[in-house]
Amino acid sequence: MRAESPGPQHEWLDDDAGPVVRPYTLTGGRVRSAADGFDLVAYVLAEAAVDPAVHPELHPEHRRLVALAARPVPVAELAADLDLAVGVVRVLLGDLLARGLVAVHQPTAAAYLPDDDILKAVVSGLRAL
Amino acid sequence: MDSVRYDRTGSGPRIPLALKILIAGGFGAGKTTLVSALSEVRPLQTEEVLTGAGIGTDDLSGVEAKSTTTVAMDFGRITINDDLQVYLFGTPGQDRFWFLWDELAFGALGAVVLADTRRLADCFPSIDYFEQRGVPFVVGVNCFDGARKFSLESVRQALDLDPDVPLVLCDARDRQSGKEVLIALVEHVARQRGEPVPAA
Repeated sequence: MRAESPGPQHEWLDDDAGPVVRPYTLTGGRVRSAADGFDLVAYVLAEAAVDPAVHPELHPEHRRLVALAARPVPVAELAADLDLAVGVVRVLLGDLLARGLVAVHQPTAAAYLPDDDILKAVVSGLRAL
Repeated sequence: MDSVRYDRTGSGPRIPLALKILIAGGFGAGKTTLVSALSEVRPLQTEEVLTGAGIGTDDLSGVEAKSTTTVAMDFGRITINDDLQVYLFGTPGQDRFWFLWDELAFGALGAVVLADTRRLADCFPSIDYFEQRGVPFVVGVNCFDGARKFSLESVRQALDLDPDVPLVLCDARDRQSGKEVLIALVEHVARQRGEPVPAA
């Protein structure tokens, strides 16, 4: 399906599609991705064994995401670093996921329902700031 | 802290635990200021793009149907240790962005509702939202210069807060003051679980 591939092919957009949202020109008009459900604080980590250079179809923004994710970085922080909308970053991350260039780690149950030890660590960490 | 569980990815780098705290309140209540005061990184903004469809607002009348707007969300980071990070998200102020709140609120540890005593009613929607969804929250009364001085009790009455919801005075510009508000929130979360956090 054409809409699956990133790149500058926009010819399927017709008048009915309306004006293309500028930030989404980068995604070829795609607004949904495999990474859609990813939490703002899901951590993205590049797969060290895979070289993005083998995927010439990727945009510079894709490569910047891979570079930034050399250490675990949350989705929201990637969006801020690239100065892109979160929705756009999710689409780009979906491309990278599909190529096995990154792994995305959803927050664990411990993040949603942190236990007493974690809450204590947060309080003492805040006091020490 | 060896009893704290962290997600690990085989032999790769450890994935930290990220806790999400929302900073809510009416427009101009000091959300951006508080996030900036607390964040260890430069104030970051992330944006969500909205399509015109589905936004119930008259702001877009006369604009093409598929027109868009962006919502900036402030966010900041506080590193507790290598394995534990707190992310602060300032919620979009306008009512028409409520649907974004659902994503922000999902999995959040809790929320700080900033109240401006000059416009106390502005924080009612935030309080309603967190009450209805059972998200633990504290109310921080932002003491603006020249703001009318109210007693905390009169503010509590005006906000019709449950007796167990902490209400604290704060100065959103001041890091120490902001820290105290976050500590009040985390202690409130712990109390709700029936596990009081002793003084460190």
